[in-house]
Amino acid sequence: MQMIKVENVVTAFGNRVIHDGLNFTIKEGEIYGLLGPSGCGKTTLLREMVMLEKVTSGKIEILGKNVADIRRRDAQNLRRQWGVLFQFGALFSSLTLAENIALPLGEYTRLSKRMIDEIVAFKLSIVGLKQSDAYLYPSEISGGMRKKAGLARALAMDPKLLFLDEPTSGLDPISAREFDALILKLRAMLGLTVVMVTHDLRSIYDTLDRVAIIDNKQIAYEGTLDDIASVKSEFIQTFFREKL
Amino acid sequence: MKKVFSIESIDENLLLKFEGKMSLYEVPKYEKKLATVQTTSIKNITIDLTNLDELDTTAAIFIYNIQKEFASKKVTLECHNEKLLSTLELVQENMSHYSENIKPKKLSFLQKLGKIFYDYYDGFSAFIEFFGQLFASNLRYLTSLKNIRYKEIAFEINESAIKALPIVALTSFLIGLVIAYQSAYQLKIYGANIYIVDMLGISIFRELAPVITAIVIAGRSGSAFTAQIGSMKITQELDAMKTMGFEPFAFLVLPRIIALMITMPILIFVADIMAILGGMIVANVDLSISPELFIDRLSRVVAAKHFFVGIIKGPFFAFLIATIGIYRGLIVKDDTQSIGFNTTKSVVEAIFAVIVCDAIFSIAFTNLGI
Repeated sequence: MQMIKVENVVTAFGNRVIHDGLNFTIKEGEIYGLLGPSGCGKTTLLREMVMLEKVTSGKIEILGKNVADIRRRDAQNLRRQWGVLFQFGALFSSLTLAENIALPLGEYTRLSKRMIDEIVAFKLSIVGLKQSDAYLYPSEISGGMRKKAGLARALAMDPKLLFLDEPTSGLDPISAREFDALILKLRAMLGLTVVMVTHDLRSIYDTLDRVAIIDNKQIAYEGTLDDIASVKSEFIQTFFREKL
Repeated sequence: MKKVFSIESIDENLLLKFEGKMSLYEVPKYEKKLATVQTTSIKNITIDLTNLDELDTTAAIFIYNIQKEFASKKVTLECHNEKLLSTLELVQENMSHYSENIKPKKLSFLQKLGKIFYDYYDGFSAFIEFFGQLFASNLRYLTSLKNIRYKEIAFEINESAIKALPIVALTSFLIGLVIAYQSAYQLKIYGANIYIVDMLGISIFRELAPVITAIVIAGRSGSAFTAQIGSMKITQELDAMKTMGFEPFAFLVLPRIIALMITMPILIFVADIMAILGGMIVANVDLSISPELFIDRLSRVVAAKHFFVGIIKGPFFAFLIATIGIYRGLIVKDDTQSIGFNTTKSVVEAIFAVIVCDAIFSIAFTNLGI
């Protein structure tokens, strides 16, 4: 089943064209990577997928719904089915970690307080945080911890679809590998589909099934990592040199 | 996809059968349904997941809870689906350390009180420290003319004073208008029309213009200082400056204080003019005192000292507003809430400080016979 379909997407800020006709599809249960040099518009594309920004032309379909032209109710429904991890966690600074994670659970479900407490403890535990961290505020913890907490919040509702913006940047190598393992484990168990922007080569080779490499406003390569050596692109040749 | 939870109870056996899909939206319903079951006489519990297709982690926690809650009875789990089993296993792994009593203890009344007073003491000593630093950097940077950062000062004069001119002018014009309008009515009763000039002159020059200007500037520029410096602190710009050897006091603090101290008297002067203008219009319309007569009387009855008393207050008010605004900006903590909190505080404290300072001036000048 197709989870995400990107068709002829063009993005321009004023006169500056960022994307000039992007096409690709992401299937259910896939871990899909958006790669490319800095400033090529990976994060912008991710933001367009989660309806934070609008495409100039073309369309993005998520679970069969065109996000550029969507009814409010459908949009809300979609938002409950995905989780988004921002680059710096984007935790709400007025709430503790536990409250951050419990927020969507309290708003969208009728779960009991005790149940929510347990879900929070579970989510904290799987992302590698301690239960005692739950009562800290985002300003009291390190950047890496904020990121883990951000992932715990993104996973709070057990989403079908997970968007990750540079999930392993700023994490120590051990946490980064644990993160990769967690993503693979969740995919195997819950059939999660993951879309991530990343620069971490280890993470790319360990987790990604397929990638789209954006370079020069277009898709330079799309597919599995096995055939990447054959592509004639300066970015790809340099970036993957060590592994090729 | 169907979602079914059925409970069968035969003698000492209880069968909990989950079918179809179970997610966090179903759990609350199932939880309630399970709570209605009498379990005291039950010895064996079977959780049947053979027909369950989908299970999310919340539902897995729910099942884990059932197992834990009835640990004293014999609980058997029937499930052949590898995926579901691994989800249950993950939950078990992560929840085995969970304890409910880890929440931080609430503070007692005395502890809270102590904390509040200690925080005040801490804040006060931090403010004293800030003053010390300010004084030290004053010594360092103001002893030589070439150390003064004229460009920054000029920029701040434009930002926090020139751009504030229209709002200061408008506010004081309206204040002059309102004061004159209210008193004109009273004065007319006694036929003391001409005394409106004395009244307006003294009250505006001595008190109203300086205080109104200070309040507008505290609300406009003092709060801007806090917000600017506070956000610079959050984005680590202040740290960057320090590591590059640029003293924030020289670059950010002193220029703002000096700029405001220079421009405050000028703003008060403009406020004086506008407020008197407002009063003059009302006097002309309501009490038929011509502008020529008004100005003539103003120059005869209102001594120049009243005007100077008002102007002298300017730099003092400016110093209070700028230091409080900047100090509040510098103590912003590493979260977004802190900016809002400190901006509010800076405006409230600056206005309060201005009024206290004005009261002290008032008493001092009166006793000195000025």
